[in-house]
Amino acid sequence: MPQPRRDPASLESWQDPDARPFLEIRGVTKVFDGATYAVDDVSLKIFRGEFFSLLGASGCGKSTLLRMLAGLERCTQGHILIEDEDITDLPPFERPVNMMFQSYALFPHMTVEQNVAFGLRQEKLSRQEIRTRVGEMLELVRMTGFARRKPDQLSGGQRQRVALARSLAKQPKLLLLDEPLGALDRKLRESTQFELVNIQERVGTTFIMVTHDQEEAMTMSTRLAVMDAGRILQVGTPSEVYEYPANRFVAEFIGAANLFDGRVASADGDRVTIQSEGAPSDIVMHHPQPLAIGTPVTVALRPEKIRLLDEPPPEDVNWIRGTVREIGYLGDVSIYHVGTEGGLTVQVQVTNRGRRTSGPLTWDDVVCLGWDADAGVVLPA
Amino acid sequence: MTGRRPFWLFTALAFGYAFLYLPIVTLIVYSFNDSRLVTVWGGFSTRWYGELLRNEQILAALWLSVRIAAMNATFATVLGTLAALTLVRFARFRTRMLFAGMVAAPLVMPEVILGLSALLMFVTLEQMVGWPAGRGMTTITIAHITFTTAFVAVVVQSRLSQLDGSLEEAAMDLGARPWKVFLVIILPIISPALIAGWLLGFTLSMDDLVIASFVSGPGATTLPMVIYSSVRMGVSPQVNALATIIVVVVSTGVVVAGWLLHRQGRRRQS
Repeated sequence: MPQPRRDPASLESWQDPDARPFLEIRGVTKVFDGATYAVDDVSLKIFRGEFFSLLGASGCGKSTLLRMLAGLERCTQGHILIEDEDITDLPPFERPVNMMFQSYALFPHMTVEQNVAFGLRQEKLSRQEIRTRVGEMLELVRMTGFARRKPDQLSGGQRQRVALARSLAKQPKLLLLDEPLGALDRKLRESTQFELVNIQERVGTTFIMVTHDQEEAMTMSTRLAVMDAGRILQVGTPSEVYEYPANRFVAEFIGAANLFDGRVASADGDRVTIQSEGAPSDIVMHHPQPLAIGTPVTVALRPEKIRLLDEPPPEDVNWIRGTVREIGYLGDVSIYHVGTEGGLTVQVQVTNRGRRTSGPLTWDDVVCLGWDADAGVVLPA
Repeated sequence: MTGRRPFWLFTALAFGYAFLYLPIVTLIVYSFNDSRLVTVWGGFSTRWYGELLRNEQILAALWLSVRIAAMNATFATVLGTLAALTLVRFARFRTRMLFAGMVAAPLVMPEVILGLSALLMFVTLEQMVGWPAGRGMTTITIAHITFTTAFVAVVVQSRLSQLDGSLEEAAMDLGARPWKVFLVIILPIISPALIAGWLLGFTLSMDDLVIASFVSGPGATTLPMVIYSSVRMGVSPQVNALATIIVVVVSTGVVVAGWLLHRQGRRRQS
């Protein structure tokens, strides 16, 4: 999946220690019915112009967090600040924040034009000004020709664009998007991802998106936060989170991962040697932080970073032998499930370079798999 | 076989329609009867329509019924909508079950009991606070409101519960205050249910005989009461004429409403 091009200068604000965050979430907690922690002590700093994603499975609290930012839910504890101004107790109609709803929530009795104008009408702008802004917004989402239609005369993709135009019309400081592409079919979703990023770059508004689709979050975001059970597990750029997952959950949630549990046998500088019951050889990995000998760890390897070998490597590390159990032919790549002698199943992804009806391997072939020392990460168990 | 099935179907259909509409057709035919005796055909005439228009008693009762029905429908729509909003929007409050049950109770309560209890209440109130002084139009209207509110609440509640809750949230998010959200978003969307509720309230009130008989007083005779008492003294063909006019007005209304709904639906699809 190609990444939309972004202006690199605007993206590094989160690395600058002196940068003032645009939105600050301080220890926000939401408790339902006195017992269920939907959001549990979440703190986040989001910078101007970011396209930030909250990623997690359904029920992880990401939507509740978004609704608290919009003012549709009250925080049980904690504070939300926009440009150092506390908005925790402001009602939704007084916040400089707009939201695009998952169901789009277009007003069925109003035309496209009236829907987009609704927010501007509440600001008591002049008729002329409203008409100009509505025109601009409809142009931005390429819906000018549909201004007089009612929402039920539009397709799903068109409704989505109207909802986006309506939420951007008031020029909010912050736009919240709740599963903005969730109701679209796959093809349309991919093209809309790029369109959404382009629109965000053009208007320069800070976007916070909630999604359960990791591919969507990876493609569109400048940074993302992985959530589970009301907590944030990791915050980072898509490549940081993919290449350096902070823990097991993140490694398995974002992309596929092969996990080997083991213990640190020896450490030499930034190289650690790990003994794992699943692998016959020692596993040698790069790990910048020192680890004590005997520490239980998990090694996570991505399927596309594992290679098929003809024979075990001469240095006798970082390899494993197994039998091909399942083959998934996806066209561009094939995915092999290899059952190891240690009883694990390892996923290997191979690019199909040649033109064959099947890959180079078939069922029950015995194969050697190998990887490099920097192909994966060592996670604390 | 193939020839017989349509025949039987047709016969069944004809019986069905005859069962439903023959009484009304008979009534309409006899409203043009020249004879003073309702059951004896004496030739075609429109004289009873003329006499009806000169019958002060029936016209006064009709006017009273229309006024009561309109007032009742309006109040019942307001109260029923508020009750429905409470039931749908506040999903959990302590006495919700009790409230829901009490709103719906008049739907299943026998009219005789409703009428009797309303009468007892009015008498007691008059003795204790002096209002309502005597019984008449006011008491009939109040009694009607208490039982039609339940019907309106049911109609509006079903529409409200289908409403996407995020519509309100979106309106608030775009800067509208709660009161404005209700006026600009909720009300227009549920307006078909409000109109249906109003019409239902109007019809229920127009045709109520039992409750009105209990709580009316001297000088306040509604149309159903006049018709019923005149039938007891022997049916006057004027009643037939009046009934025919009502049938024509009601069916015209139904046809027009159906046509409007159909047109709206078609415009939405295109």
